[in-house]
Order: sequence, then structure tokens, then C-alpha cells
Amino acid sequence: MEETNKGIPTDEPVVETNANTVPADVNPELQAAGEIPAPKKKKKKKKKKLPPKVIVVENLGVRFRIQEQKVDSLKEYFVRLVKRKLNYKEFWALKEVNLSIRKGDRVGILGLNGAGKSTLLKCIAGVLKPTEGSVTVKGNIVPLLELGAGFDKDYTGAENIFFYGSMLGYPKSFIKERFNEIVEFSELGSFINVPVKNYSSGMKARLGFSIATIVEPEILILDEVLSVGDAKFRKKSAKKLTKMMKKGVTVLFVSHSSSQVLENCNKAIILEHGHIVASGKAEKICAKYEEMIGIKDTD
Amino acid sequence: MKDFIYNLKKFRFLFWELVKKDIKLKYRSSVLGVFWTLLEPLLTMIVLTLVFSNLLGKGDDNFPVYILCGRLLYSFFSNGTKVALKSVRKHGSMIGKVYVPKYMYPLSAVVSNYIMFIISLVVLAGVMLFEQVKITVYLLQAVIPMIIILIMTMGVGLILATFDVFFRDLEYLWTVFLMLIMYTCAIFYKVDNLKTAANEMIFKCNPLYSLISMFRDAVFGRSIMDNSYNLWFSLCFSLGVFLIGVVVFWRKQDKFILYV
Repeated sequence: MEETNKGIPTDEPVVETNANTVPADVNPELQAAGEIPAPKKKKKKKKKKLPPKVIVVENLGVRFRIQEQKVDSLKEYFVRLVKRKLNYKEFWALKEVNLSIRKGDRVGILGLNGAGKSTLLKCIAGVLKPTEGSVTVKGNIVPLLELGAGFDKDYTGAENIFFYGSMLGYPKSFIKERFNEIVEFSELGSFINVPVKNYSSGMKARLGFSIATIVEPEILILDEVLSVGDAKFRKKSAKKLTKMMKKGVTVLFVSHSSSQVLENCNKAIILEHGHIVASGKAEKICAKYEEMIGIKDTD
Repeated sequence: MKDFIYNLKKFRFLFWELVKKDIKLKYRSSVLGVFWTLLEPLLTMIVLTLVFSNLLGKGDDNFPVYILCGRLLYSFFSNGTKVALKSVRKHGSMIGKVYVPKYMYPLSAVVSNYIMFIISLVVLAGVMLFEQVKITVYLLQAVIPMIIILIMTMGVGLILATFDVFFRDLEYLWTVFLMLIMYTCAIFYKVDNLKTAANEMIFKCNPLYSLISMFRDAVFGRSIMDNSYNLWFSLCFSLGVFLIGVVVFWRKQDKFILYV
């Protein structure tokens, strides 16, 4: 518990380890391709001062009210109001969470179901307003959550590229420019002119991934999306992600699996019941997490 | 405020994409497509004229044109508010994932209906020519009720969209309420035929009726200032409702995600 709320990247040693461990958490594929001149980077990074903080979470708390029975009709609301039965149970999904993430960090967020991982991501993505505390984010965020959830099912793939792209805040001219690139990467071919309702879930995910990653975001939020599509596309998307990561994109990666975190991240935190119980270097935290859940993750 | 302008700039493409989507999808896989925007009011006008012209249509103004004026404005208001009402809930899955200014949803729904309303004015022009209604300079005044009705529909749409998130049965209540509005709008009857003090009161309380009669004044070549109550009442009502809509929506929008 000593490490609670320390805020991972603030402590100098972690950054140093970051540089030292670069070869260790590089995706094997990329290593083979020889894209990272690892030793060179090491020296450079040591000399450089700390990269700027891009995400600062201060004393974050999110409270949910759970109605014991869901009241969503007017009639029921008034009946209960009169009977004085509008009871709520309060519960804090996140409480006193402090976190600061520097540019280029790849942070894995570990935790069991209901630990508050998604709530934390939602706060950082700006869709959920915290009950207390503050979240400051610098740079544009691209969330890769439930790929394809934003599609309109009656729209064709091509139309959805524009629609979904504009939802992510990309200007139209930019999408037009990159249109072919998106179609190509998604491997949809002539299916691009078919309404999305006729797509398979894999096709949807592929298109979603392709749109979301056309721009190089400054902050990328990954909520267990690395398992989309078939093996071939998975490899391709993993490659694209690692490429992005190498370019200094800040990544937030949510997972249950410590091995995935170990593979993709250099830092990690563990959430439990809305608190950060541990934070620091990925290896250390993953080991701790495995210890915590009591199972050796084998996959 | 700075954030507001920044977001508005960043997401203006999304706004037009939403508008386009509404229009495009409405008539997808229908043979006549957008022509329905023209055909539908024309057909209703014919039906209403056949049914009501002898019964309630006695008066100076040309009855088919009279009906069409009322019907076009009313159907914009009713479609616009109905679509706006559902808009936030319809996009619920996105609200939980990507940050988008939420007012985009109801407002784009209203704007897409407004565009269809503007297109359908072609029918009115056609019928006016066909029925040989005199075209006068006063016709230009029609712009005024058209602007006011847009403000009013946006305001009502924002309020409805907000409350619909929390109370799902608003949708059904609103349908009934719209029916009430329709019957008090004098769409297919002439007010002069039913003049009593009580009726007068009802018409005076209905801002949509004020707008419709202003629109008719313009179409039939009368100054809308002859009956300036219509203008001031509908203008004040619309601005008021818009302001309330903005405030209500603003204050509740952070809670949407917990309910959609």
C-alpha cells in the first residue's frame, strides 16, 4: 500500500528504467524488423529532461447513485416521490485517484472486473464528469473502445468512414484525403459500399480500427481491443499500434491480463475498488498483480 | 467559453454529417426518395381539402393554400421536436465512448428537419401558382415566422431531449400533446368560423398558431404588423423557450451518460 497515489511517472527512477527496458517490452515483430536502434535511444533519453505531463489526474472521485429499482418512467417517479421511496445507494467507483502520465508513457491499467478501470478511462476521455477532483489532458485523445460502436447500421462503410471520422473530430477534407488508406487498411474491398448492418463483427471492428488510427493521436486509449478480427488482422493492427507507440504516443491500456500489459506497456497501475493500490514499472506491477489474483497468467 | 468555441469549430463537420445522415437515411430504399418531402404535404393537402373545404373552409383565403401553410409549419414543428426528443438516447452508445458536444444531437435533428421543410416549400409555391394566389411584396415577411419557428423548435427540442433521457415515457406523452397542439393550430379550419371568446383565448395561447397565422398573412399579401400580437408573442415565447432549453440541457448534460 505504500505506493498508493504516488503517481507513476513523477518518480525519476521509473523513467530511467523506462529507457533501460526498451528492448524488453518491444514487440518481438518489430524487434526483428530492427526498427528501434535501442542502445542509441538509451543514451539520448537519459540526458533528456523529463517529457511533459500529458495527463494529470488529481484527487479524482466518481460517485454513482444506484437506484435499488430503476425508475425511468414519469409515472413511477411520481408514485415513488409521493411514497417517498426514491432511495439511492451511493457508491464510489473511483476515490482519491492521483495519476500523472508523461508523454510517451505506455501505461497498463490492471484490475479485476468492477475495479474502476473503465470509469477511469471514461473520465480521461472526457465523457464522464468526475464527482470530485480534476482531470487535465493535453493533446487529442483517440479512444479505441468497442470498435464500431459508433457506426450507423444503415449507412454504408464508406459513409460511416465520414460519419465516424467526424465523430472523432477529424475534419472532412482530412478524411477525404485518407479515405483510400482507410479502405485499404480495413481490407474491406468492395464491401465498403455495403450497409454496415450486413457486416460481420470482424469487418466492423476492422473498419473501426482503421478509421480511429488514421490520425496519429497524442493519446491512445485501448480497452481490450487487441483481440479483434482474425489472426492476420490482429497481427497487422498490433504492428500498427506498436509503430504508433514507438513514435511517442501516450497509451492507456486496460486489461485483465498481465502478460498483455507486460508486452505492450512500460508502466502499470493496479486498481482495486476504485483506488490505485500499486503503480510503477510494468514488470514489478505485473508480478504483483499475478500475486494478487493468485493465478499465474499463462496466456 | 473558450472550450465551447473550440469544440464548435472542431465538431462542425460532425454537425453537418449528422444533418446529412438524417436526411439521407430517411428516404433510403424508398423509390421516390426525397420527392416524398414534396409529395407528402401535397397529398395531405388534397385529402384535407376534399374533406373539410365545404365544412370549415368558408372564407376569403384560398383553402388549399391555407391548409398547406398550416400543415407545413406544423409538420416541421412536430417532426423536429419528435426527432430531437429521441436524439440523445439514440446516440447513447456514442455518448459513453467519445467526447462530442451533446447539443449536436438535438440541434442537428432539428436542422435536418428544417432543411426538409425548406425543400417542401416548393410545393407551396407550386400550389400558389396553380391556385393563382397573388404574389406580393408581403410574401418576403414569411421569413420572420420561419426564423422564429426554428428557434422555438430548437428550444422545445432541447428540453424534450433532456427529459427524455430520464423519463422514457415522455415520447408518448409528447405525441398526445402534439395532437392537442395540432387541433388548436387551425390547420384545416378557418378561425372565423368558430369565433367565441373561449376559442379566441386558446388561439392566443398557442405560439404555433401565432406563427402559422403570421405565415398565412405573408402568403396572402397582408402585413404581419396588422396583427402584431402574433409577432411579439411568438418571438418572446420562442426566445424564452430557447433560453430555458439551453439552460436545462447545459445543466443536465453531464448526467446523460449515467442514464442512456
